[in-house]
Amino acid sequence: MSPKSVQKIAMVFIWGGGAITVAILLGIILYVLIQGLPVINLEFLITPPQGGLSGEGGISSAIVGTLYLLGITLAILIIPGIGAGIYLAEYARDNRLTRLVRYAVETLAGVPSIVFGLFGFALFVTSLHFNFSILSGALTLVCLLLPTLVRTTEEAIRTVPRSYREASLAMGASKWQTVRHVVLPAAMPGIITGVILCAGRIVEETACLYVTMGGSAAMPTSLLSGGRTLSLHLFYLAMETRAFDKAMGTGAVLIIIIIVINTLTNWLSQRYQKKMRGG
Amino acid sequence: MASHVVIDRTAKLVVIICASASFVVLGAIFVFTLREGMPAFQEIGLSNFLFGTEWRPGLGMFGILPMTVGSLLVTLGSMVLAIPVGIACAILLAEVASFRVRRILRPAIELLVGIPSVVYGLVGMMLIVPLVREIGGTGFSVLSASLVLMAMVLPTIISISEDSLRAVPKGYKEAALAMGATQWQMIWHVQLPAARSGIVAGIVLGMGRAIGETMAMIMVIGNAVVMPTSPLSPARTLTGNIAAEIMYAAGTHRSALFATGVVLFLLILVLNTVATFALKRGIRSQHVA
Amino acid sequence: MKTHLGKRRFILLMSSILTIGLVLSSTSCASSPTATPTEPTTPTGLSGTITEAGSTSVQPLAERLADVFMQMHPKVTVTIQGGGSSVGITSADEGTVDIGAASRELKPSEPPLVKHLLARDGIAIVTPPANTVTGLTKDEVRRIFADEVTNWSQVGGADAEIIVIAREEGSGTRGAFEEMVMGEDLITSNAILQLSNGAVRTTVSTTPNSIGFLSFGYLDTSVKALAVDGVEGTVENAKNGSYPIVRPLYFLTKEAPTGLGKEFIDFCLSAEGQSIVTDEGFIPVD
Repeated sequence: MSPKSVQKIAMVFIWGGGAITVAILLGIILYVLIQGLPVINLEFLITPPQGGLSGEGGISSAIVGTLYLLGITLAILIIPGIGAGIYLAEYARDNRLTRLVRYAVETLAGVPSIVFGLFGFALFVTSLHFNFSILSGALTLVCLLLPTLVRTTEEAIRTVPRSYREASLAMGASKWQTVRHVVLPAAMPGIITGVILCAGRIVEETACLYVTMGGSAAMPTSLLSGGRTLSLHLFYLAMETRAFDKAMGTGAVLIIIIIVINTLTNWLSQRYQKKMRGG
Repeated sequence: MASHVVIDRTAKLVVIICASASFVVLGAIFVFTLREGMPAFQEIGLSNFLFGTEWRPGLGMFGILPMTVGSLLVTLGSMVLAIPVGIACAILLAEVASFRVRRILRPAIELLVGIPSVVYGLVGMMLIVPLVREIGGTGFSVLSASLVLMAMVLPTIISISEDSLRAVPKGYKEAALAMGATQWQMIWHVQLPAARSGIVAGIVLGMGRAIGETMAMIMVIGNAVVMPTSPLSPARTLTGNIAAEIMYAAGTHRSALFATGVVLFLLILVLNTVATFALKRGIRSQHVA
Repeated sequence: MKTHLGKRRFILLMSSILTIGLVLSSTSCASSPTATPTEPTTPTGLSGTITEAGSTSVQPLAERLADVFMQMHPKVTVTIQGGGSSVGITSADEGTVDIGAASRELKPSEPPLVKHLLARDGIAIVTPPANTVTGLTKDEVRRIFADEVTNWSQVGGADAEIIVIAREEGSGTRGAFEEMVMGEDLITSNAILQLSNGAVRTTVSTTPNSIGFLSFGYLDTSVKALAVDGVEGTVENAKNGSYPIVRPLYFLTKEAPTGLGKEFIDFCLSAEGQSIVTDEGFIPVD
């Protein structure tokens, strides 16, 4: 077969691959949005679900649960995560500690989330008696997301040009002063992108929360309350009630949140790149 | 100034403590899981546990082979479907498509990565399961699960492969074309091999996501504790097994679930190594030296 | 400096997330759907939180009881979860929740918890409404779930393969079903397993030619309850003893309950609580 015909056939497959991808993409997103968007109105968002098998009501307790979880997880996660990233980027020398830390981060990143759930259930829910609660879920998520935040922070800091640091040190600043007043602010958009990425994963995560948060449909009143996130609520709606319309509505809300997060991240990275180029 | 020295040292200490947090967490998970899982290996026996075909905790039977096979089949099924489509789409985005097409497609693919697994599971339950039922069986099957997983790993493979393809130096590509190669010849013989480590990394990442998936699997695979004999059989994954039973398991049963977690983790390590090795070798054999 | 703007915006983002959360929780408290009480209730001094988890058969009943109890005592929160009877037993034993719920008898190997008989409940054998079969003998049910009978035509229905839907091992409904229907036989490993009564109902109602078992409290028009040994699956028949598959619903506590937990359980066993039991389609305790 002549190279030209092979070329043509190959192009068919390549465009075919693209077409299949687009079909899947559109299929999922449109399917959920078309069925879900009509369900969303103000009442849907501020009424709590009635729980049990009816599927009636809205998703307000799931929204609140998700927000509580986001807040507390990020609050606990940020300092160790960013701190470790700073360490790897700025302070690490090629010694055993560094190698241990890198090894830990790489390995943790490969562990499936249900294993974190296993750990979280046995430690936080049962042994430490935090019981089925937002706190147990949050602590489990912190373990899950630590590698992500460490990596993104380190990458963001490494992108800051050496000249920044050298200029600061040359003016007599100490190492920490350099890090705090020059390097970190320059890396901040990248770091924030990493934090938003973690926020996205918190919204998306289901498996490890399924076994640590409890699944109660009621409005969470404190960190030790059980509760649901939007993802969990969708799971329970789909499996236990026949309220597939509400499930689609919840799915649509989730998709909108992901769109917002992605747009925010993209916009931030674009700003960051512009700044790095000297804008 | 002395105070700056103190601040500097404190800052360094704080940062080192933070860094230690990551391996404290890993150590804790590792030690905890191993300690909780050890009794299972001892009481059940390693080969009974790994290769036993009956999992009925109520009767004291703890063989995970059906779930292991379920997880593996579903992962391999999804990769068989996703790899060709994914790489083809990556080539499209990197080499063939116009800037306008790319500008719409790329953010859309990034969106797919962020969508929660339960949404995929929901669409799977409502669309794919009834469709597969038309072909045969109950609809809750390895095939349905593979299709759902394919949609989940596709965006990962596409974006990483595309990045790798784009990273191939222009010089390579131009040299091939200058020698009279068609675009496809250039892609196949020069660009793909040059991008192979990145593509492999993307595939390995996708595989990790596939084998670690839990909730979407619970929704479409049927959770039957049986060795799947065909793509239309229902099955159960190791992950689904853990999620379904951990909240009530006690004693040996709970230990067995932790041991399953260990197996899962080892499986991922093994799959990663095998995939990296085999794929790099495979592509290398086509590489024009 | 432009770069500090990023930090400020970030703090703004975090505070707005928490603020929205607080606002939403207070808004929803105001607009939560309430069941209208028949008499004006005087708020009492009781306050605190009780957590309950376990049987999904008990769950809708427990949620109703919790709703009414919370209206009588506005400063009390009662949280209800599912998970299955075994989760109820394990959680109550380990102290993860205050009250566990189970829909079967405790096994000798399980921890000795204090049992409070809440109600009785029948287990219905269900199929999609379109199924032509209307009744089976208990033996036929056993053989279907044991995979000895595999086609609807063998029991008087259309020529179609029977799809067996069952519950997780931790399910009390499954445990009771195994005890009362399966006997020595095991439920086939080819059965599709679901994690709750609700999931069984959803699956059976949307899967043609399927069969499953679930709590009477979950019966509705989406599934059809088959007659067993000629007896219709109704609460009446369960009550008068003619329906053969009936099991107890328990609240379980680690020790004799005190304080808020005792108040709640006393309420559930009181006349008012038991009238709610009847309303929800269960058999009250006398």
